[in-house]
Amino acid sequence: MADIATTYNEDVLIKELGYDDHFHDHHHGDKYQSSFISHYIFSMDHKIIARQFLITGIIWAIIGAAMSIVFRLQLGFPEESLTWLKPVLGKWIVVDVNGIGTLAPEFYYALVTMHGTILVFFVLTAGLSGTFSNLLIPLQLGARDMASPFLNMLSYWFFFMAGIVMFYSLFLSTGPFSGGWTAYPPLSALPQASTGSGTGMTLWLVSLTLFVVSVLLGGINYITTVLNLRTKGMSLWRMPLTIWAFFVTAVIGVLSFPVLASGFFMLMMDRGLGTSFFLSEIFIEGQALDRVGGSPVLYQHLFWFLGHPEVYIIILPAMGIVSEVLAVHARKPIFGYRAMVYSILAIAFLSFIVWAHHMFMSGVNPFISNFFVIFTLIIAVPSAVKVFNWITTLFGGNIRLNTPMLFAIGFVSMFISGGLTGVFLGNSTIDIQMHDTYFVVAHFHIVMGVAAFFGMFAGIYHWYPKMYGRFMNETLGKIHFWGTMIGAYAIFWPMHYIGMAGVPRRYYSFDSFDAFKHFADMNKFITIAAIIVFAVQLLFVINFFYSIWNGKKMKVKNPWQATTLEWTTPIEPIHGNWPGKIPSVHRWAYDYNKDEREFVPQYVPLEEGEVGDH
Amino acid sequence: MSTVTMENEKRKGINPQKFALWLSMGSIIMMFTGWTSAYIVKHAAGNWLEFGLPNMFYISTGVIVLSSIALHTSYISYKKQWEKMYKGMLVLTFVLGIVFIVTQTQGWYELFAMGVDFKANVAGSFTYLITWAHAVHVLGGIATLIVAMIHAFSLKFRYREERKNRFELVLQYWHFVGVLWIYLLFFILNIR
Ligand code: HEM
Ligand SMILES: [Cu+2]
Repeated sequence: MADIATTYNEDVLIKELGYDDHFHDHHHGDKYQSSFISHYIFSMDHKIIARQFLITGIIWAIIGAAMSIVFRLQLGFPEESLTWLKPVLGKWIVVDVNGIGTLAPEFYYALVTMHGTILVFFVLTAGLSGTFSNLLIPLQLGARDMASPFLNMLSYWFFFMAGIVMFYSLFLSTGPFSGGWTAYPPLSALPQASTGSGTGMTLWLVSLTLFVVSVLLGGINYITTVLNLRTKGMSLWRMPLTIWAFFVTAVIGVLSFPVLASGFFMLMMDRGLGTSFFLSEIFIEGQALDRVGGSPVLYQHLFWFLGHPEVYIIILPAMGIVSEVLAVHARKPIFGYRAMVYSILAIAFLSFIVWAHHMFMSGVNPFISNFFVIFTLIIAVPSAVKVFNWITTLFGGNIRLNTPMLFAIGFVSMFISGGLTGVFLGNSTIDIQMHDTYFVVAHFHIVMGVAAFFGMFAGIYHWYPKMYGRFMNETLGKIHFWGTMIGAYAIFWPMHYIGMAGVPRRYYSFDSFDAFKHFADMNKFITIAAIIVFAVQLLFVINFFYSIWNGKKMKVKNPWQATTLEWTTPIEPIHGNWPGKIPSVHRWAYDYNKDEREFVPQYVPLEEGEVGDH
Repeated sequence: MSTVTMENEKRKGINPQKFALWLSMGSIIMMFTGWTSAYIVKHAAGNWLEFGLPNMFYISTGVIVLSSIALHTSYISYKKQWEKMYKGMLVLTFVLGIVFIVTQTQGWYELFAMGVDFKANVAGSFTYLITWAHAVHVLGGIATLIVAMIHAFSLKFRYREERKNRFELVLQYWHFVGVLWIYLLFFILNIR
C-alpha cells in the first residue's frame, strides 16, 4: 500500500485521546482464553461468536441450496431418472421396474419447505445479522464486547440447537415438515394431515421456538449494547450505517418474533391438546372432524405480523453493509446519511403495518385490503430514497472495483429489480392474478434471497481480513460475483413470465395442465442455471475455507483505508478488542475525500476551524 | 485539543441489565398482544361462549397485589438497611407467589367445573391459554425470587449499590407480572 495519500498513527492518537476504562486492569480478559473449549467452542468473545454464526450459516446454506437443486431437477427434468440420487435420498426416490427413479411427491414438498425455512431463518437471519451484528457492533462502536457476553453465547447455542433439531427432522421416516415455510394450518395444525405434519411438524415447531429464543437473546443484547456501550464521542448520529441497520433490525426482531411465538404456542395447543384456534370444518377422508370454531386466517395474521417484518430483518443488515462498503470503496461520503437513517426507521415502522398484503387472496375484507395496499405502496418511497442515495454515492466516486464493491453494486441492482415487482404485487387487484404464482417466487428471491446474499458476500469479502487476518482470493471472488450475478438473473428473470402466465408455485408437476406445457423448456433452462450458480457458490466456499489458512496476509491494520473503528484494533484479535485505551470519536464515519484529505478516520480530532460531521 | 476532550463526556447511561430487562418485558408484552389481538378478532367473529370468571381469579388478584406490596417493602427495607424486614418480606413475597399459582390452579379447576373446558369453544381455549402463559411468567419470577433469597440468606447483610441494582431487576419483573395479570383480568372481563 505505497500509494496511501494520508496515514494516521492510530496508536498514538488513541493513547493521547482515547478513553481509559481500566479494562485490562482487572485481568478478566484472560480467563476466556484459557482452553481450546472455552476459547473456540463455548466462547463469550463476540468475534468468535460472529464466526460461529457465519460458519454455521454457511453449512446451512449449502444444505438448503442443495435441496433446491434436487427439486429444481424435478421441475426442469420431470422425465429424467433420479436413480443416482437414491444413495443419498433413500426411499424418497421411488425406482420403478424399469429402473427409472422419481422423486416422491411428499418429499418434494418437504424439500421446498425445508429450503424456505432454512434459508429464511438459519441463513439469512442468523447467518447474516447474527454474524455481522456480533462482529461489528462492538468493534465499530468502540466497545470491549457485547453488553452481556454470556447471553450472547446462549444466543448462538440456541441457534445451534434449533439447527440440530431441524437437521434431525430430515431423517425421520415420515420426513420433515412439508407444508411450506409459512406453516399454514390445517397442514401444520393436524398431525394426521400429511406425512410431514406429524413428528416433522412437531420438530419444526420445537426448532423454530428455540430459534425465536436465540433471536430475542441476540436482539436484546444488540440493542442494549448500541444504546449503552458506545465509546466517548460516538453519538447516535455518528454511528456508521451498518450499526443503525443492525440496531433497527434488532428492534424489529424483538417486537415481532414474540408474536410468532404466540402463534406457535397456539399451534402446539391445536396439535397436542385438541383446541381449535386455527381449525374449522375439516374433512379428512370424507369424515368431518369435530374441531370447529377456529380460523386458519387467524394464524396467517399472526404469522405475517412477524413474516413481513422478518423480510426486513433480513434485508436491513444487508443494506447497512452495502452502504458502508459502497462509501469505503467509492472513497466518498455516503450520500444523504440522515436520509438513510430516516429511511431505515420509516421502513421499520411501515413493515409492521403491511402484513396483510400476503393475505389479499385469503378472504380478507377488501376494504381492509385497501389500507394495506396503501401502506405497502408507501414502503416504496423510503426504499427508493435508499436506492437513490446508493447510486448518488457511486456517482463521481473514485471507485475500486474489487469483489466486495462488486457485490455491493450487485445488491443495488437486485434490490431495484425485485423491489419493482413488489410494487406490482402490492396492488391487491393485480395480486388476484399473481398470488401464489412463480411471479411471487421471482419477486422475493431477487429482492430478498439474492439481494441479501449479495449484501452478505459484500460483508464477508470486506471484513474477511478483520475476521481472519487474511484476504480472500480476488480472482475467485470476481468469478464468484459474475457467475452469481448473471446466473441469478438467469434463474429468476424467466420466472416472472411463467408467473404472469399463471403457473402456480409449489406444484410438484405440471403434467396434467396443458396450458403450462410450453414452459417445459424454460424450466429446463432455469434448472441448468441453478446448477451453475450452485457450482459457483462452491467456489466461494472453497475460497473461504482455503483463505482462512492460506490467504494473502493482512499486513497493515487498515487495508481498505476506512474511517471506522474496527480497523484500529490489532491484526491479531485480542479479547477486549483494544490493547490499551478505547479510541474516542470526533467525527462521523464518512469523511472520505474531505478538504484535500483522502480519508479521515473517526478517531482523528477536528482541526482548527474544521466543520465536523455533515 | 482541550475542546475535543471536553465534547461528549462518556455518558453514565442506564444500567444495561435493567435496560435488557425492559426490552424483555417489551417482548413479553408483544407476545401477549399477539394473543389478545387474536382473542379480539375471534370474539368479533362470533360463536363465542360467554361465561363468568371463577371467583378464585379475584382472590389470586388480591394475592399478587399483596405480594407486590411485600416485595416493595422488602426493597425499601434493604435500602434503609432494616435487615429483618428485608428478609421477612422477601420470604413473604415468595410464599405469596406460590399461593398465587395455587389459587390460579384452583381457578382453572373451578372454570372446568363450570363446564368451560379448553377444547369445546375458542373462548375457553383463549382463557386457558392466556392465564397459563401468564402463570409461566410468574413461575419465572418465582425462580428469580429464589435466587434473591439465596443471596439474602447466604451473603452477609450489607448495603451495596450492586446488590440494590440486582434487587431492582427482581422487583421490576415482579411488579411487571403483577400488572400484567391485572391487565389480562380486565381484558378478559371486558371482552366476553
Ligand atoms: C417495494 C417494496 C415491496 C413491496 C411493495 C412488496 C410487496 C409484496 C407483496 C404484495 C407480496 C405478496 C405476494 C403474494 O403472495 O401474492 C410480497 C411477497 C413477498 N415479499 Fe415483497 N414487497 C416489497 C419488498 C420486499 C422486500 C424488500 C423483501 C425482502 C427483503 C420482500 C420479501 C417478500 C417475500 C419473502 C414474499 C413472499 C413470501 C411467501 O409468500 O412465501 N419483499 N411482497
Ligand atoms: Cu410482505
